Amino acid sequence: MARKYDAIVIGGGHNGLVHAAYLARAGLDVCVLERRPLLGGATVTEEIFPSFRYSVFSYVVSLMRPDIIRELDLPRHGLAILPLESTLTPLPNGDRLYRDADHHRTWREIARFSIRDAEAYDEYGRSLFYMARAVKHLLGIAPPDPARLGPGDIRGLLGLARHFLNLEPDQLHLLVKLMTTSAADFVDEWFETDVLKATLSASGIIGTFLGPRSPGTAYVLLHHYMGEIDGHFRAWGFAKGGTGAVANAIASAARAAGAEIRTDAPVARALVKNGRVNGVALANGDELHAKVVSSSLDPHRTFLDLVDEDALPADLVSAVRAYRFRGSSGKVNLALDAAPDFSCMPGHGPHLRGAVSISPSIDYLERAYDDAKYGDFSREPYIDIVIPSAIDPAMAPPGKHVMSCFVQYAPYELRDGTWDEKREAFGDTVVDTLARHIPNLRDIILHRQVVTPLDIERTTGLTQGNIFQGELTPSQLFFLRPVAGHAGYRTPVRGYYQCGSGTHPGGGIMGAPGKLAAGRVLADLRRGPGRGRRGK
Amino acid sequence: MLLETPFHPRTAALCRSRRWRNWSGYAAALSYEPGHEYEYYAVRSGAALFDVSPLRKYEVAGPDAAALVDRVVTRNVFCCAEGRVLYTPWCDEAGKLIDDGTVQRLGADIFRITAADPCLRWFQDCALGMDATVRDISLDLAALALQGPTSRDILAGLVTGADIAALPYFALTDGHIGAAPVTITRTGYTGDLGYEIWLSPEHAIAVWDALVETGRGFGIAPAGLDALDIARIEAGLLLKDIDYVSSWTALIESRKSSPYEAGLGWTVQPRSGREFVGSRALAQEAAEPSPWALAGLEVDWPRIEERFAAVGLPPLVAGKASRAAVPIYTGGSRTTGRQIGYVTSSTFSPILKKYIALATIRRAFARPGTRIQVELTVEFVRHRVPARVVRTPFFDPARRRG
Repeated sequence: MARKYDAIVIGGGHNGLVHAAYLARAGLDVCVLERRPLLGGATVTEEIFPSFRYSVFSYVVSLMRPDIIRELDLPRHGLAILPLESTLTPLPNGDRLYRDADHHRTWREIARFSIRDAEAYDEYGRSLFYMARAVKHLLGIAPPDPARLGPGDIRGLLGLARHFLNLEPDQLHLLVKLMTTSAADFVDEWFETDVLKATLSASGIIGTFLGPRSPGTAYVLLHHYMGEIDGHFRAWGFAKGGTGAVANAIASAARAAGAEIRTDAPVARALVKNGRVNGVALANGDELHAKVVSSSLDPHRTFLDLVDEDALPADLVSAVRAYRFRGSSGKVNLALDAAPDFSCMPGHGPHLRGAVSISPSIDYLERAYDDAKYGDFSREPYIDIVIPSAIDPAMAPPGKHVMSCFVQYAPYELRDGTWDEKREAFGDTVVDTLARHIPNLRDIILHRQVVTPLDIERTTGLTQGNIFQGELTPSQLFFLRPVAGHAGYRTPVRGYYQCGSGTHPGGGIMGAPGKLAAGRVLADLRRGPGRGRRGK
Repeated sequence: MLLETPFHPRTAALCRSRRWRNWSGYAAALSYEPGHEYEYYAVRSGAALFDVSPLRKYEVAGPDAAALVDRVVTRNVFCCAEGRVLYTPWCDEAGKLIDDGTVQRLGADIFRITAADPCLRWFQDCALGMDATVRDISLDLAALALQGPTSRDILAGLVTGADIAALPYFALTDGHIGAAPVTITRTGYTGDLGYEIWLSPEHAIAVWDALVETGRGFGIAPAGLDALDIARIEAGLLLKDIDYVSSWTALIESRKSSPYEAGLGWTVQPRSGREFVGSRALAQEAAEPSPWALAGLEVDWPRIEERFAAVGLPPLVAGKASRAAVPIYTGGSRTTGRQIGYVTSSTFSPILKKYIALATIRRAFARPGTRIQVELTVEFVRHRVPARVVRTPFFDPARRRG
């Protein structure tokens, strides 16, 4: 009962769906296979507790490429991104740092700590604008490999060289620093206020098993600044309906373009014959055939689980084994009977519509990492909180709230015990940490969902629970993502492609890997059968 | 959330128009009455009282204070005697404008600098290796501007411990208004006879009340930013981020301006034996002038009237200043003229009965007398009307300096 398609996409996360939508729009007969009963992968909204809707894993949107939103006409398919404008950082002494879209108020708030920092804040923002503008170009191109120098690589590298030589010298220097330094050192060039430095550098550790003082984290910081909403860099937003609404909008666009999407359809393996893919086998034994199979799963699953090792060069297998996932984060989702009342900013102010960051000092974050380095979850973790129901009333019943807490560090591999044993202790630590700043918290919790890296892995399939399908440190970026020599979305198996966040330009609800990989597939198909692999 | 200046209890009560603008995070009245015309004429025929507290203020003190200020600004500060004030811009190392303001020399080793936007970090960083401290005193000083022909008489009758009648243009003096110690500078942003009064916020209400009380017989009127905008264009005075973009906020290189490009070449004063920030770049630019310049324009008013009359309207641009950038073209027909610059600020001048504008324009067209064309939109249709380059200030009464 083998049904034949032009292309099969393994995994119904946002990248798999974007990939499928672009292939379907090009006229291909496409089928998406999702293991779970719902679409989205780590981009899902679930009613875990009745009437309360959690963005279970990913929780904010900014990186979603504007060209994808436009080309797939996602607003028509239900995508609405609501603004997330402020960041509140509570301090242990009862004080706080609060930044929002009111430029002068933010200035005054920072100036309470340091006038110099308030002045530097604008300059910092401008510098990151330049950096984001410089790197934005990379988000839209398949990475050329300087070591291969095929015609496409040379063209790509010349384009890149032109692009970077157009930068002002100061900007080029800063970019090199960004790629090499730590988030803490990077922000140190501008600021002296610990809480400001810590909160800014916290963007550099998200999803990464590194501390703010570890080199490489400055790039992760930039990665979180590259987001763009309506043409503005740095704008973060909240998808109406939770992040699952993003996946649903893309799925709707893919279906409208003719793609078939199957849920509850786990793939057991890709069918490979004579170095060529010709379909997939589902876990239930069914086979589906296609000349093109794209895996949106992470590199570990794409190369080690779905195909036999002997179909791949040994160096690729060992490189993928060495690829770093190192899940470092968890989530705690709370259903609340009332609004959380922050002691540093009491009441129902606009701060509830923004992010709250538990990042009082660089030392605090680094100590949180120290715990994780030796296999414990942080006793005092970094927590990034949003209250989606304060932004989108549909997320919880009137007057009640959902609170999404991204927690770091939660190392995938624990020194003592298992995550199944430690799950609730981890949740307690998070609630204890939060309750220091939200005195009414314990009284208003109706339900608590604790998501450990192991839960992320079990539920979404993300290896070791890494939210980016592998760390976004410079050694795993661009032509090195996922591994050197295999960064162009193709694989050594003809017709078998990779299109997930484990490929350039990486994770976050961005969609760029899915789209760029679709471009690769379509270009190869135009070139004709048997000529898919250049340079062979 | 906008802050209130120390004068807010008075200005809020007077502001019947409820028209406020965000000025550096403070609520600043655009006009007190629904229209600003009376407030404008107070500047030119009586005395207008402006709350200018949102200005940024810095104090530079120490043995190297003069050397520090001299290093930062384009003008030669060693030529500024104690008790005198300088208007000056300051630049980055590339000779591009950062900001502009006044430098008050309070004493041999102590200065006050006013700025449009925060500059503490810059001034402090420029002080590296110098024995001078820079403090942000913005919150320590409230400020009023009293501008207009009767301003001298009002202050002369009110200020004790100072000879206001004898205070020269761009000089300063200490004195008292009632019990309140004040510093008075003969400066302003209107091109008219006028003064600025610097005082501790605790005395703000008493000083405001005393000025309004004494000024009653002299045509005093509280005035807002709309009136100020017309007056400052008539005076040919630049507004940061409108007539030039600070090199700190310009996201692209071409938006930045040097003092020469902004008509402030006269403030670039090379001093022998010492450099100031941007001096090398500016010396080079002086040798090889930039193709851009600032020019004052006088737009042909009858032609504006004609354009409006053609659709049955009176000239609707009268009466208010505009900060909208408008393209400038060479003379010639509508199809052959090419763009040679843009108007940055423009206004109908009630005192001159002319339509005037400040413009950034190709240097080749910046000579007074040059005829060019300016875009004019009437009822959603774009036209070009003739204009002529003229010298600034457009309006310069003898009383300004006299």
